Amino acid sequence: MPTLPPQLTDWFTSRGWSIHPHQSAMLAKAHQLATLLIAPTGGGKTMAGFLPTLAELAEHEHQGLHTLYVSPLKALAADIRRNLRTPVDEIGLPIRIEDRTGDTSATQKKRQRADPPHILLTTPESLALLTSYEDAPHMFAGLKRVVVDEIHALAESKRGDQLMLALARLQTLCPDLRRVGLSATVEDPQAIAQFLARHPDPCDILMADPGPDPDICMLETEEMPPWAGGGAAYAIPAVMDQIKAHKTTLIFHNTRAQAEIFFHNLWLANDEALPIGIHHGSLDRQQRERVEAAMVRGDLRAIVCTGSLDLGIDWGDVDLVIQIGAPKNVKRLVQRIGRANHQYNAPSKAFLVPANRFEVVECVVALEAVKDHALDGEPRGDGPRDVLCQHILVAAAAGPFVANDLYAEMSSAGPYAGLSRERFDACLEFCATGGYALRAYDRWQRLMLRPDGRWQLRDPRSAARIRINLGTIQDTDTLKVRLKRSRGGKPLGEVEEAFAASLTPGDTFLIGGQIVRYEGLREMTVEVSRNAAKKPKIATFSGTKFATSTQLSTRILDMFAQADWPQLPGHTADWLTLQRRTSALPQRGRLLIESFPHNGQEHTCVYGFSGRNAQQTLGLLVTKRMEELGLHPLGFVATDYATLIWGLDPLTDPGPLFQIDALREGLDTWLAGNAVMKRTFRGCATVAGLIERNTPSTRKSGRQATFSSDILYDTLLKYDPDHLLMQITREEAMRGLVDFGRIEEMIARVGTRIDLRRLERVSPLAAPLLLEVGKVPVKGSAEEKLLQEESMRLMDMSGLTQLG
Amino acid sequence: MNGLNFTFRGTPLTALESGALWWPEQRLLSVSDLHLGKSERYARLGRGTLPPYETQDTLIRLTEDLERTQPSVVICLGDSFDDTAAAHALDEEHRLWIAKLQAGRQWYWIEGNHDPGPVEMSGSHVAELTLEGLTFRHIADPDATGEVSGHYHPKARIRMRGRTLTRPAFLVDDRRIIQPAYGTYTGGLRSEDAPVCDLMGRDSRAILVGSTPCLVPMPR
Repeated sequence: MPTLPPQLTDWFTSRGWSIHPHQSAMLAKAHQLATLLIAPTGGGKTMAGFLPTLAELAEHEHQGLHTLYVSPLKALAADIRRNLRTPVDEIGLPIRIEDRTGDTSATQKKRQRADPPHILLTTPESLALLTSYEDAPHMFAGLKRVVVDEIHALAESKRGDQLMLALARLQTLCPDLRRVGLSATVEDPQAIAQFLARHPDPCDILMADPGPDPDICMLETEEMPPWAGGGAAYAIPAVMDQIKAHKTTLIFHNTRAQAEIFFHNLWLANDEALPIGIHHGSLDRQQRERVEAAMVRGDLRAIVCTGSLDLGIDWGDVDLVIQIGAPKNVKRLVQRIGRANHQYNAPSKAFLVPANRFEVVECVVALEAVKDHALDGEPRGDGPRDVLCQHILVAAAAGPFVANDLYAEMSSAGPYAGLSRERFDACLEFCATGGYALRAYDRWQRLMLRPDGRWQLRDPRSAARIRINLGTIQDTDTLKVRLKRSRGGKPLGEVEEAFAASLTPGDTFLIGGQIVRYEGLREMTVEVSRNAAKKPKIATFSGTKFATSTQLSTRILDMFAQADWPQLPGHTADWLTLQRRTSALPQRGRLLIESFPHNGQEHTCVYGFSGRNAQQTLGLLVTKRMEELGLHPLGFVATDYATLIWGLDPLTDPGPLFQIDALREGLDTWLAGNAVMKRTFRGCATVAGLIERNTPSTRKSGRQATFSSDILYDTLLKYDPDHLLMQITREEAMRGLVDFGRIEEMIARVGTRIDLRRLERVSPLAAPLLLEVGKVPVKGSAEEKLLQEESMRLMDMSGLTQLG
Repeated sequence: MNGLNFTFRGTPLTALESGALWWPEQRLLSVSDLHLGKSERYARLGRGTLPPYETQDTLIRLTEDLERTQPSVVICLGDSFDDTAAAHALDEEHRLWIAKLQAGRQWYWIEGNHDPGPVEMSGSHVAELTLEGLTFRHIADPDATGEVSGHYHPKARIRMRGRTLTRPAFLVDDRRIIQPAYGTYTGGLRSEDAPVCDLMGRDSRAILVGSTPCLVPMPR
């Protein structure tokens, strides 16, 4: 047993606490270069990460920064600061603890750079910003440890890649820096360890006792779940009963829109006026903070939330977690369940509430997977190069650099361990000149090679532009929503620009639990008034939509193969029986396609069971083929299990549509012009620094001066299709939004075993798809045809047919 | 050639799919807001190195329009260059290209707000131009009648069977025409946005450009 300094031992004893085995193991490993701790929520994970710091600071006086703590959430940094303060103050240790996030004041930030605290708590973005200053070596001098919290969450996005590049920079400044990662339960700890450690350093993995299995089941309701929809309104009375029976309930939703609807319905049923709050990423920050504070005080009985509450903030005494809607991914479900009951060694209690019949099936298989401890996850690919480009610019902002040294540093970051010099050079070239086939910017290079062999910014003033555009979080273009005539009143939240554009004055939608009426757009703000309508038009601010994992999809298909379904509620079993009788159930190893007329259009439903993203891609590829075959597709919608396509003509021969060679061969050209690629391009181009998100003086009025990134994409496609950014876009799309791998897998699995069913009407299984949001229009000949029709109609209507 | 014929103050005109305006009687072609050299200006100001192909792309489309219409008079309706320095920095290749397009034609550069100073390009540099009762100027004069202008990069958005479509558009009423921007790297201002909306009269129409130009009542 390694020794804890006596003051600390005494403090633990005085509290009647004993150190968890994994906490003392972390102390024993304090000297290791890299350690990854995997522990369930409530297992004293953060304390395990900080004990070595407290021990070292209690025993030796330290000048300057000792430990850097990085978490994905600002709120988490503030929360940890409060939690650390207690032992430090009570023991009387002379330790300065401060946080630094986007919310920290400018004065405070300046002081922290000149005179850093012993422990600094921050986010990946704020850390990257710190490394971009010329005085970074001064600020980080003497840094001993870095603790990365919720590393499993960071590893899922570009924020993690950015963080690991920043750590590589810190390691150059402080060669004996030790790294600690704290993670929730994950399916592949080794991958996270390699992500964390300096390449090729080893990384120890410590597994804490996972605690008892959760107490989890489907919530029993009097009413049956509906055929379609995501609102789960039918479950409101049952959920209300559970809220009343528990102290604090977290009610998780997969999307913000669903959270809004549910919250609205819950309020209508809240006859005892229990304090219930809502929390999601589209709400205004002040509103979110009010809810968080009320939660910590224990004032709330329930919070309706989304992934914005996924991470490990200590939200007080949560004793029940309810997941509304299918969990999509077993790992995330297990992590969410862990939010309930912070007592170590007591089972967490959770209910699943399927929003519709299909989700009943998904929930049942998810419960089986949880029982089997079968987590799911996709392997993490190499770090994306748009983040690398941004980090090269960050390095340049900090001062001149030698390419060889920067390459060595960056390829020591776990995600970039496999980075070839050639690929690095292409990124450097992009940062310097744009990297175009047409050499254009000799005079106006962004980076210049100095005679002494070091690279520097041509114009030192551009460092400011680099800093304000730093970060990898992709904000969709959102507009603030404000009450009209509230003169500088607080914003209610934000909606996506595309959603705002679809509104006509008089339309109603839900935001922050209220129904509001759209009044108009003023200076890039959506103006609304309160409205007492009962049925709102729903805000489609999407939040993140996760694809159902391969594991869950396979488990569903396996269940479909059963002769009957004793594990399903009767209504759902009846529904599947009806589907089997009127059409067929999808099977593993075969591809079911249904074709039917509906509302005057021909529909084709393809049950690929490949997850939302792959089904979306399948929609793009198949509609392109249908366009070529003259079937006039108009659009499609994808869910995790199927793609529904509508158009003017019926599909009679599916064979030509699903040949993998043809799909793969044409993928590049087929995808080249579509919206998914353009959306991905916008993200990559922003991260890589081609498009500025912010300018030093952002002027919102000059709208005609800005042009869409789609134009840049189209231009590159036409004149420079192999440009670095096009390569990065393709790579990202293939593994993310395009997810072509799962299409290949599906087609390999089914071969020629394609069953086309021609039906008279929509099938039980296809019906929910008609109600899905997120429909993708096909920009083909049908659009020109419709436009001409619409033009004639509008001109006739307005009596303007004769112009002149 | 895909175009939409209309009559403006008794004058037959054609809105071309590219966003150019064709006046057959005068054999006159008008294009607005070419913004040549935009990527050069961005790089010069340290705003990033955009794909440097927009001048080439704009000139390719202009060349196609000139070949198809064979105009005697060409009017560039202002903001032809992203700024005066961008005009100076134009590639030799592109300079010669423009010179070739100008050969045998009357070529007018109307002053814009982005390129107000005289440029050393050949052609006539004028603040505005009046021909047969139509005045060509860069920014619309609210009191003018019989005017063709640019500047605002107008776009129109229409909804059709649950789908929204936004395209660059000519805005036309009985007093004025506002042309869409012709340059490749240009964004747009929607017809319902204040400055353009206020300029246009009650019975305004929008002609959406695209493979088949299309006429609708101006959305406001």
